[in-house]
Amino acid sequence: MLLVEAWQFILAHPERFLSALWTHIALSASALAIAIAIAVPLGVVLSGTRRAAQFAIAGANVGRTLPSLAVLALVMPIMGTGFVPSLFALTLLALPPILINTYTAVRQVEPDVVDAARGMGMTRNEIRRKVELPLALPVIFAGIRTAAVQVISGAVLAAYIGGGGLGDFITAGIAMMALPQLFVGAIPATLLALGTDRLFGALQRAMTPAGLRS
Amino acid sequence: MIEIAALTKRFPGAAHPAVDKLTLRVPEGAVCVLIGPSGCGKTTTMRIINRMIEPDAGSVVVNGRNVMDVDPVTLRRHIGYVIQQIGLFPHWSIADNVATVPKLLGWDAARIAARVDELLALVGMDPGMYRGRFPRELSGGQKQRVGVARALAADPPVMLMDEPFGAIDPITRTHLQDEFLRILHDLKKTIVFVTHDIDEAIRMGDRIAIMKDGALIQYDTPEAILAAPADAFVEAFVGADRALKRLALVSASAAMDAAVAAPAAAPSIEGSASLRDALARMLSLGVDTLAVAGPHGAAIGVVTLAAIRARTRTKPASEH
Repeated sequence: MLLVEAWQFILAHPERFLSALWTHIALSASALAIAIAIAVPLGVVLSGTRRAAQFAIAGANVGRTLPSLAVLALVMPIMGTGFVPSLFALTLLALPPILINTYTAVRQVEPDVVDAARGMGMTRNEIRRKVELPLALPVIFAGIRTAAVQVISGAVLAAYIGGGGLGDFITAGIAMMALPQLFVGAIPATLLALGTDRLFGALQRAMTPAGLRS
Repeated sequence: MIEIAALTKRFPGAAHPAVDKLTLRVPEGAVCVLIGPSGCGKTTTMRIINRMIEPDAGSVVVNGRNVMDVDPVTLRRHIGYVIQQIGLFPHWSIADNVATVPKLLGWDAARIAARVDELLALVGMDPGMYRGRFPRELSGGQKQRVGVARALAADPPVMLMDEPFGAIDPITRTHLQDEFLRILHDLKKTIVFVTHDIDEAIRMGDRIAIMKDGALIQYDTPEAILAAPADAFVEAFVGADRALKRLALVSASAAMDAAVAAPAAAPSIEGSASLRDALARMLSLGVDTLAVAGPHGAAIGVVTLAAIRARTRTKPASEH
């Protein structure tokens, strides 16, 4: 019954729904893209160092334990409300899993394989591009997958700081005790998270070099 | 040819230099085995040759060029490199692994494909069957075959091999040693081969360099080292059975007396068998003369216990 009412709500307000859905996806995708652009190169560079890496990875681990809502709440007094602060908070949320996985993945490449690559005359860049990154890719992608799901779930909370998205329906639904409206936000957000997890799972398998697949 | 002169390398914090004023000359086409206990500097020496490690002093000249004057990446693309753990790229097919250096050198695809097939066949792997496989689908021995093929790909005049058979089971190891010895000799490669296994050194080496604490203790042919160890360390290192090891280096046909006709009742041994095998046969049969059989089975001479004794009479190291 509730589901039917939720569906009727969507039919009654198609533009509102689609715009919220679009904001949700745009917010999540942008945050994820920015986080990848920062964390993957950073993780690769850190994998070659020791002290800086320990510092950064410890920081990332702390970041990973912060609740999503806390991150959003911490951003608000500094940056105010709206799309950009939400994007910033979600990017922060996405960084740790990608950074930690990238760093770990590159570190885990067999030293003998790297030694052989160097001994055969690959440059530092060729070793990174042809050997370390392809071998690290499955684990890096696992981190991106975790981050993607976290960001999509976290984006629901962006409504609290005026970021928009499907969370708007949830907060409004809670405020007005209107369950169908709450469902209009909650169900698509859940499906989006599940679908993203499946999509990235498939991408992760596709990204695994044939020689590593079992 | 490789000429190493007064080579010295000290790692930070180490009590003594890893390599200490080492001077060594490897003739063109020879297999030089670097051997010694752990930490003697053999691997460090090898890795300085292709500048995986930079020396503190001294020089390495490969085929007339000081390696310090060559860009390390260019240098390494022209020196074959085989390591114990093999280090095949797990995400690349066997063909791509073998093609590593030709690709870095920018060969065209047709030339690379032809070279890959040629090399796989050379190391005893059917190209049609293995070209498209991945490293994880191969046994340890097959992986090392690919490792050697990969090192040979761009036909480097010099090869560095760091315990290439160390991780392979003993039976396969002996087989690969014999096979690669033949291949590498046919190709006339100058080889620096690191091992800690004296039997492997005797089997593979044209010359053996025995190292201790970074210094070269003795550098000679296996026969000369077994016959006359330079000091007590070398004598202990080559083992109490060095007389037997020497016998293993000599074939029965090389030690036989062809002028003497074999007694009719004498047991025989193949000419290609080693004197060590001949001695074992004499001991087990309780005889002191064996007929040596030629390739067609007919006796071509005799080998006697006295002849074997004459070859193994060695002076202890202290008399040098």
